[in-house]
Amino acid sequence: MAINTEKNSYTVIFAIIMVVVVGTILAFLASGLRPQIDENERFAKQQNILYAMGVNRNEGEGDVSFIPTNEVENEFSKYITEQLVIVDGDAQAQEEAYLIDLKRQLNALKKGEEAKLPLFIGEKDSKKFYIVPMYGKGLWDAIWGYLSLDENMVVQGVYFDHKGETAGLGANIKMRFFMDDFSGESLLKGNSLSGINVVKGNGDPLNNDKIDNEVDAIAGATITGNGVTAMIKETLKIYKPYLETIRTN
Amino acid sequence: MALLSKKDANLILDPLADNNPITIQVLGICSALAITAELEASLVMAISVIFVLGVGNVVISLMRNIIPSKVRIIVQLIVVATLVIIVDQVLKAFAYELSKTLGAFIGLIITNCIIMGRFEAFALGNGPWKSFLDGIGNALGYGVILVIVGFFRELLGSGTLFGIPVLGDPITKTGLYSIGYENNGFMIIPPAALIVVGIIIWIQRSRNKALIEEA
Repeated sequence: MAINTEKNSYTVIFAIIMVVVVGTILAFLASGLRPQIDENERFAKQQNILYAMGVNRNEGEGDVSFIPTNEVENEFSKYITEQLVIVDGDAQAQEEAYLIDLKRQLNALKKGEEAKLPLFIGEKDSKKFYIVPMYGKGLWDAIWGYLSLDENMVVQGVYFDHKGETAGLGANIKMRFFMDDFSGESLLKGNSLSGINVVKGNGDPLNNDKIDNEVDAIAGATITGNGVTAMIKETLKIYKPYLETIRTN
Repeated sequence: MALLSKKDANLILDPLADNNPITIQVLGICSALAITAELEASLVMAISVIFVLGVGNVVISLMRNIIPSKVRIIVQLIVVATLVIIVDQVLKAFAYELSKTLGAFIGLIITNCIIMGRFEAFALGNGPWKSFLDGIGNALGYGVILVIVGFFRELLGSGTLFGIPVLGDPITKTGLYSIGYENNGFMIIPPAALIVVGIIIWIQRSRNKALIEEA
């Protein structure tokens, strides 16, 4: 039986069947894989938080190695001693605060609603780390990361990631040569929390100057770099009330 | 090539050289510019396109007699988009690290004109096996150029290959850098890809005069 594929009724029926079939396949796939994907995302968050406080498996220069997924849960509960949420400047303990979707909380904050801002306290070699999550905009899409600092407001480590920055340029914010520059950099300018600027041509490519609030930018990635600067500034602004309470200098 | 008849083998081999989608048909230029700053990204994109185009061509070919011609472009688009989402979800579930590296490219595959071009020009008029070979061949032809461009851009632009420094350290001035060599920052921005592709086209046409179009 030859079908007349040119008839309008056929076209409509074909379109309906196609949409239903494709929709069903994708819906089953998405819901079937969801638990697995959620678990992967959870592990990745733990890995990133630990990375920022220096708990990682980096070996060679330029290597970014996380704690393997099968160990990360144990390591996370070992190193992260407290998980807090800050609501209106009040810090309260909350289990699994790391699962909070920061983007949603920042949106709530912008609208003037109540927001739960997560913060993690880690301890390694009897040194305390305060790890704040960050979320901002790059050139093409979202960028995010974690910033770990001590009571002196000196950066102990960072982790950056991005959704769709340009490969070879903005995407390099997650490379060691960029992230490592932040370690040891002071967030204070004078006596106030200022942040760290990603700048072009600061005359300090080896980043020996740790109190200039500057790190060297990536060539060809100006807007992503500015995004990182803005993200750090914004994060410090919203966490300032809490950070002022732990500050010792 | 005992496995394939000569005609079938040509379906794979032609797009690698004399009918290359990038250098001859000038398709897929957009992604060739966007993602070739690094060799690894080029390779990953090439593999993803091989998968999507191979499978997509077969799917379209199987459906070729029942697709109403009025809506065939939309149907093609749905097939590509579905395949891309499947790849994305499966990678997220079973190869999370890889899916993060791929993140930006997965979406770009949908917009790759080679894919729609092959669906339209080949899969709609040929059987599944031939379409499969055609898909693989064209994706390989695309991939080869991507990898060549990625190789030169990463080597000359960053002095690395697959992220590993091969020319020494530009900051502490070791290796080639100790004698005054500098990375060419121009190579890491997209226009450089156009120049590299242009040079490839030039070399290819000067070796095979039959490819030169009448002016």
